[in-house]
Amino acid sequence: MSIISVNDLAVSFGSGSDFKQVVKNVAFDVEPGETFGLVGESGCGKSTVLGALAGRIKGWSGSVSIDGEGVGPKRSRSQLAKQQMVFQDPFGSLHPRHTIGRTLLEPLEIHGLDQRQERVERVLRDVGLPPAFRHRFPHQLSGGQRQRVAIARALILNPRILLLDEPTSALDVSIQAEILNLLKDLRERDKLTYVLVSHDMAVIAHLCNRVAVMLDGQFVEVASREQLLQGSVQHPYTRTLLDGSRGYVPRRKSAS
Amino acid sequence: MATRYFNDLHKWLINEEFSSMPQARLHKAYVLWLNLIANPLAFAGFLVVLALALVATFAPLLANHDPILQDLTMALKPPSPINWFGTDEFGRDVYSRLVYGARTTLYISVLVTVIVAPIGFAIGATAGYLGGWVDVVLMRITDIFLSFPSLVLALAFSAALGPGIENAVIAIALTVWPPIARLARAETLTFRAADFVVAAELQGAGMGRIVFRHIVPLCAPSIIIRLTLNMSSVILTAAGLGFLGLGAQPPMPEWGAMAASGRQYLLDAWWLTTVPGIAILLVSLAFNLLGDGLRDIMDPRNA
Amino acid sequence: MPEQSKPILSVKNMSVQFPTLSGVVNAVKNVSFDVGREKVGIIGESGSGKSTTGRAIMRLQPATAHVIADEMRFEDVDLLTTSEAEMRAIRGRRISMILQDPKYSLNPVMTVGEQIAETVILHERLGRKAARERTLAMLARVNIRDPQRVFNLYPHEVSGGMGQRIMISMMLISSPSLIIADEPTSALDVTVRQQVLSILDDLIRERNIGLIFISHDLNLVKSFCDRVIIMYAGRIVETIEASKLDEATHPYTRGLLEALPSLDHPRDRLETLKRQASWAEA
Repeated sequence: MSIISVNDLAVSFGSGSDFKQVVKNVAFDVEPGETFGLVGESGCGKSTVLGALAGRIKGWSGSVSIDGEGVGPKRSRSQLAKQQMVFQDPFGSLHPRHTIGRTLLEPLEIHGLDQRQERVERVLRDVGLPPAFRHRFPHQLSGGQRQRVAIARALILNPRILLLDEPTSALDVSIQAEILNLLKDLRERDKLTYVLVSHDMAVIAHLCNRVAVMLDGQFVEVASREQLLQGSVQHPYTRTLLDGSRGYVPRRKSAS
Repeated sequence: MATRYFNDLHKWLINEEFSSMPQARLHKAYVLWLNLIANPLAFAGFLVVLALALVATFAPLLANHDPILQDLTMALKPPSPINWFGTDEFGRDVYSRLVYGARTTLYISVLVTVIVAPIGFAIGATAGYLGGWVDVVLMRITDIFLSFPSLVLALAFSAALGPGIENAVIAIALTVWPPIARLARAETLTFRAADFVVAAELQGAGMGRIVFRHIVPLCAPSIIIRLTLNMSSVILTAAGLGFLGLGAQPPMPEWGAMAASGRQYLLDAWWLTTVPGIAILLVSLAFNLLGDGLRDIMDPRNA
Repeated sequence: MPEQSKPILSVKNMSVQFPTLSGVVNAVKNVSFDVGREKVGIIGESGSGKSTTGRAIMRLQPATAHVIADEMRFEDVDLLTTSEAEMRAIRGRRISMILQDPKYSLNPVMTVGEQIAETVILHERLGRKAARERTLAMLARVNIRDPQRVFNLYPHEVSGGMGQRIMISMMLISSPSLIIADEPTSALDVTVRQQVLSILDDLIRERNIGLIFISHDLNLVKSFCDRVIIMYAGRIVETIEASKLDEATHPYTRGLLEALPSLDHPRDRLETLKRQASWAEA
């Protein structure tokens, strides 16, 4: 049975002359343990779909079911704990005035869990950071370390699903490699399901089993990883994205 | 040896590898202090404010005469080795009244701040966080208070409440809170959409936790700066109220009241108005410089 | 391909120093390179000093920074000793800089046409009408379909791609000989990036300009530039022709290449860089 099931999802913002239909009628299922990608350019609605799944965006219509339970725009605490989000900007996703330990303890306090210090230490070790980092502030950490903390925070409530919104777009190449490896390891170990949003086809092909290509609020194609690697995609827009990820295409050969 | 101790202490405080929460907090405070010292004007402002606090605290030790005791034979004497700033029309020593007046000034400033900061913040943050009609209602109330000139409003409240320091404090507080509320609302709106707040919401945090644990620490610098900069107008308003006979009542020394009563003797006994006037000027200026300096120190480091 | 004539820009042993709480930090250490009429890419991660290098060439480093070099020569100008007033005449006219996000580099309260025209009014003392003509011609040159209408738009009314093309117009309108582009397409979508870069490519070719293309995107620099300089911790670790980037020899460059996820070369785990202290020494 699918762990995520979405049907007829539509999201719009504003009203009257400001009205914008950002997501138009999207439907997909994600199997447990699968990594499902959402790729597209800016404004296509991919982050909005993720936001609706996370419970961050409340103004959506359609039906969403997570881990067998139908969910609405307002979520209960236990529902929120099933899927946690990792944000794009490592600088913005941690409170600048809270130490790392404080940030990690918070979800434990909200949900009334026990063994708090042990859980914090364990999750820090899981993401490859020394437990002494508890006392540091975000500005003392590098981008990669902050993103690890963000992943730790997402894991601390033991969710079954991680929603990743461009988790490595703001990171350097070498750090991105570390984080992508970390995500793969955690997925293996904890049998997690990922929904990954990215604009980078190479990252998508690296992590995802299937990917939905979004344009203007709709899916134009859902391709498998093999299709991406072999280039046997169907929609021309998918092909454009694939070609673009390889860099610049010179229009004519250089003169000399 | 003492210099070596201070050197080691400096290194420990600068060190960013924290091993405990208290060390992290001390580090932040120390870095703030270093930046304050590096800004000469702000540091000067800080020293004057510190001097004000010390003078107010140690007033009984610093004053060499009784500030309230009248001696009409010594009335309107110019500054001399006995009466450093001369005497007023009742023969009271101006210097001692100035020193005890510092207490009144400090009392009023601190009390106003303590009242205004939480109330202004609460109103602004609630409006910013909840939005919708709550925002509209609260902000229109704020606008109503803001649309009156502050001195006029303070006068009106003071007159309605009656003379006395506590009433003056309430009156002044009622005119100072609106800008703080606006500031709190603006900051709340900015941070409400920040990823770390969304992350906390997605983990089940309620409004209370978000406002008090997440937003307050971020708003605190701007509000502190704003309050510091407002301090000078608080002091001036208190002085104005004192000048007009509201606020501090005789025989309690208060700089504004002192300046007022000295008006009629301005040509013959200039020290009666000038000395408290200079004190008001210095302290207001000091708060302004300190507030400016705090803004330079605190703002660029904000996320 | 680089011409055999004298390089447009010649930098020898440049360093940029910053004072900090714990001493002096070298953001850029002893970098030397030449730029001719070619596209030179500078690749590096954050903290590599690539942006600082770009800004130091234009003497736009932060006020607290200190630039020292054996030589920093642009055509006939000695960038080290020239006065600030002379630098102002050079910036925007003979050396131009294209920045990452037009949202932040365009003045929000002036129309885009005014901003572009301002460059030629300032540098070439053209009258307003002549400046307007030049601006409209330049806007058409960057493939903006309705230059008259766009002239009167404000920066917030244009999309990212158009904003970058406007930046390009602004920077190329007075025919500079050297352009420094600092992550010019990082904020753009893939399709828009292609358009913007082809326009830039054409203009550079047509006017025989030198380009320094600063980026963190290896694939992009490999496909767009002629030569690539790789920076790490403030130093240049390797300089290589773009087409031969895959055959790079320095371990840092190889590390970067291995760390990139690739559609053509899928791997289960990505090689992570094992940083060596020796890379941070010359």
